[in-house]
Amino acid sequence: MYDVIIIGGGIVGSATAYYLSQYDLKLVMLEAFNDVANGTTKANSAVIHAGYDPKPGSLMAKYNVEGSRLTRELAKKLDFPYVNDGSLVLAFSEAEVETLKELYQRGLANGVEDMKLLNYEETKAIEPAISDNVHGALYAGTSAVVSPWEYCLALAETAVRNGMELKLNNEVTAIRKNEDETFTVTTVKGEYQGRYIINAAGIYADKVHEMIGEKEFTITPVRGQYFLLDKSQFTKAHHTLFQCPSERGKGVAVTPTVHGNLLVGPDATRVDDEDLNTTADILAYVKETAALSVQGIDYRENIRNFSGLRARSDRGDFIIEESRSVPNFFNLAGMASPALSSAAAIGLTAKDWVLSKQAYPKKEHYVDSRRKIRFKKLTDEEKNELIKKDPAYGRIICRCETITEGEIRETFRGPIPPQSIDAVKRRTNAGMGRCQGGFCGERVANILKQELGLDYTEILQDREGTVILEKKAKEDYENV
Amino acid sequence: MYDLIIIGAGPAGLSAAVTAYEAGLEKILLIERDSELGGILNQCIHNGFGLHLFKEELTGPEFAGRFIEKLRDTNVEVMSDTMVLDISEDHTVSLVNSSGYQHIKGKAIILAMGCRERTRGAIAIPGSRGSGVYTAGTAQRYMNMDGYLVGKRIVILGSGDIGLIMARRMTLEGAKVLACVEINPYSSGLQRNIKQCLEDFDIPLYLSHTITDIRGYPRVNQVVVSKVDEKFRPIARSEMVFDCDTVLLSIGLIPENELSKSAGIVLDPRTKGPRVWENMETSVDGIFACGNVVQVHDLADNVAAEAKKAALAAARYVQQNRQQDGELELKTAGNVTYTVPQHIHLPLSEKLVEVSFRTNRVFGKCAVVVADREGNAVCRYSREYITPGELQKISIPAKLLEDKEEYLTVKVVEEQK
Repeated sequence: MYDVIIIGGGIVGSATAYYLSQYDLKLVMLEAFNDVANGTTKANSAVIHAGYDPKPGSLMAKYNVEGSRLTRELAKKLDFPYVNDGSLVLAFSEAEVETLKELYQRGLANGVEDMKLLNYEETKAIEPAISDNVHGALYAGTSAVVSPWEYCLALAETAVRNGMELKLNNEVTAIRKNEDETFTVTTVKGEYQGRYIINAAGIYADKVHEMIGEKEFTITPVRGQYFLLDKSQFTKAHHTLFQCPSERGKGVAVTPTVHGNLLVGPDATRVDDEDLNTTADILAYVKETAALSVQGIDYRENIRNFSGLRARSDRGDFIIEESRSVPNFFNLAGMASPALSSAAAIGLTAKDWVLSKQAYPKKEHYVDSRRKIRFKKLTDEEKNELIKKDPAYGRIICRCETITEGEIRETFRGPIPPQSIDAVKRRTNAGMGRCQGGFCGERVANILKQELGLDYTEILQDREGTVILEKKAKEDYENV
Repeated sequence: MYDLIIIGAGPAGLSAAVTAYEAGLEKILLIERDSELGGILNQCIHNGFGLHLFKEELTGPEFAGRFIEKLRDTNVEVMSDTMVLDISEDHTVSLVNSSGYQHIKGKAIILAMGCRERTRGAIAIPGSRGSGVYTAGTAQRYMNMDGYLVGKRIVILGSGDIGLIMARRMTLEGAKVLACVEINPYSSGLQRNIKQCLEDFDIPLYLSHTITDIRGYPRVNQVVVSKVDEKFRPIARSEMVFDCDTVLLSIGLIPENELSKSAGIVLDPRTKGPRVWENMETSVDGIFACGNVVQVHDLADNVAAEAKKAALAAARYVQQNRQQDGELELKTAGNVTYTVPQHIHLPLSEKLVEVSFRTNRVFGKCAVVVADREGNAVCRYSREYITPGELQKISIPAKLLEDKEEYLTVKVVEEQK
């Protein structure tokens, strides 16, 4: 019997897990895929927004500003990449300059600090690559970029280190209430009984809620497509560059990433279910729209395209509340932007809700820190010391990102060992670089094979089913 | 302090090491990131190597073996499982291996890091994002080094040589290669590979076609192939759908010059390799480059020959001071996309200057013309056929260049019928 069952191992579920694992309660997280951070969390703009965008009084406004502050603290404590690059919203006409003023006022109402309205010259001075049609900008100094999956891993790993049970590959199929008011959650793998349920199922949050409750909201996935460009394009933007929200939508962002790349996107297209395809027409639109902000991005230096989904609710705001039809069931739904920025604050609220139900005591021994070895960032002496202790740190597996075998092996001893090549990438950055795993993919596959005791044909690129090798050579094929 | 540090032990680095030793250099260090010497040759188990250099047909590993054998009898120091992380302009090489992280110096350095494959991202192929899309070289490594096939029903995008070789290899292993799709109106691979790897196995080659959609999750199950117009735009309603589980990409190679950049070496945006002199010296004094790090070659034999040139020049650099103060730049015109070298020292120490180049279209009977600053032809070479898929070479007699100034222009002109 668990005290709390969290459904969903994305950033919102993991933030909740992090705060709840500080209390003396039995906690389990059920994740449908084979890793945390494997849905919306891994594919978005990776921006921690300052908070001038949401309407004052909305949940989005409240949680964004608070979440942004908490993220900065957590990055230090739990050691995930966070860069406070600041953002600029660019105006392309005098009418849009008026919009900037509105955003500035909204920011003040939401409690955003360190904002400034800039004219063209002031904007050009701090962001030289902007196009000539920029009329002015709203600068927000608290805006930042993170590695969203490393942020999520940091939270979930800390929760696991402090006793949370993580059940991967456990897609929820049914939920029922028992006579004693507890819940039984059925997954494809088994049954889990618990007192309280936190629903953080992302784009599936409505379906999960309706497994036991009435229809209270609808989630629509809204897809966005991106270009991720080589480090050679990093200097095209020093800040996260947004466009004014207009009838065109929220515009396309151009932003540096914490890993030293340049990210361009997204569009916003409603899709059915989990459609993560990229399409030629939208990618062309993204390029064209981004060119309004910055000129001279060399798309021959593109290293990857991807799509992400926003879990947009029909209420136009976050849904952070106990289910209206099912007591002891807490919905964290409608987690569209700025959900990544807000996640920590949302997790805190979910934790408070649990404590309001039952006053669990704080744990006496709680490990509230996390350190990762990043070989590339060490001094010469530190590198040598590490290699002397373990020669695997002297063997480079990913040459683009300078990731050592030692760093990769270490993740298998961590709280959430990787189950796929991309899971290794999310933990170490191996395969993130310009050759996109062309060189290291096979080497990482070999390490996975050894560490997990798998056959080559069982090695996955990412989720279940993404096998990379079909057959051993010299085995006969039938019916090809 | 080493006389010479060579970075990379593929065909370029191996050939450079042997040559530099034979030229009398005393302290030579050869650095390789893999555990075995040979680089990409080790996964090229097909034959066709060595026809020019050794006058016989060898496999990739055998070709590498010839050099490795020779190295055994030398005092060339070999560091394998070692990655170079940085090179500075003052010839300091920072490297890491299981015995530690260190900085070493060489009087001369030869860059022989080779190239990498272009990926799906480079040409932004849209579609689903599950597994089943590989560069041809990655699939080759899984096939020949690990003994596993990446899939059973294959569509190959691009007609680069690795893709063609893999079409044959996968077929021989029992997979079905449904098509090879090339966006250009000509093949980008060697004619002999088109014949021996596609035609001999009845694999269709679709010129002026490209993949416009990849479908299927978690694994590829279909690709859509469309015809393109002369501007490479897909033509509506020309789609063909192939049921396949794998896409192999053979869409070009990029010289790997991150280290060259760290040393402050000037790169040529056309080749994406260092700009070099006729002796393969880069813009940084005493740093030479050869092989696919300079320009993408078709044949390992040519790589080895270019490396020999670099090694001889590096040996001369270490052994004596250079006394050349004149220089000529090599410019291109018409359909010539680049030349290597881009600069020539004067006076020349060799009797012939070898110049290699590529064109951006196919020529029938034509002539390669080298003109001087005034536009007068310095020399002229007749050719029966030139295709972008094959690296072209000319040798200019040094004495023709003695009185030339500033620059030469290399162009291809159609021969009058």
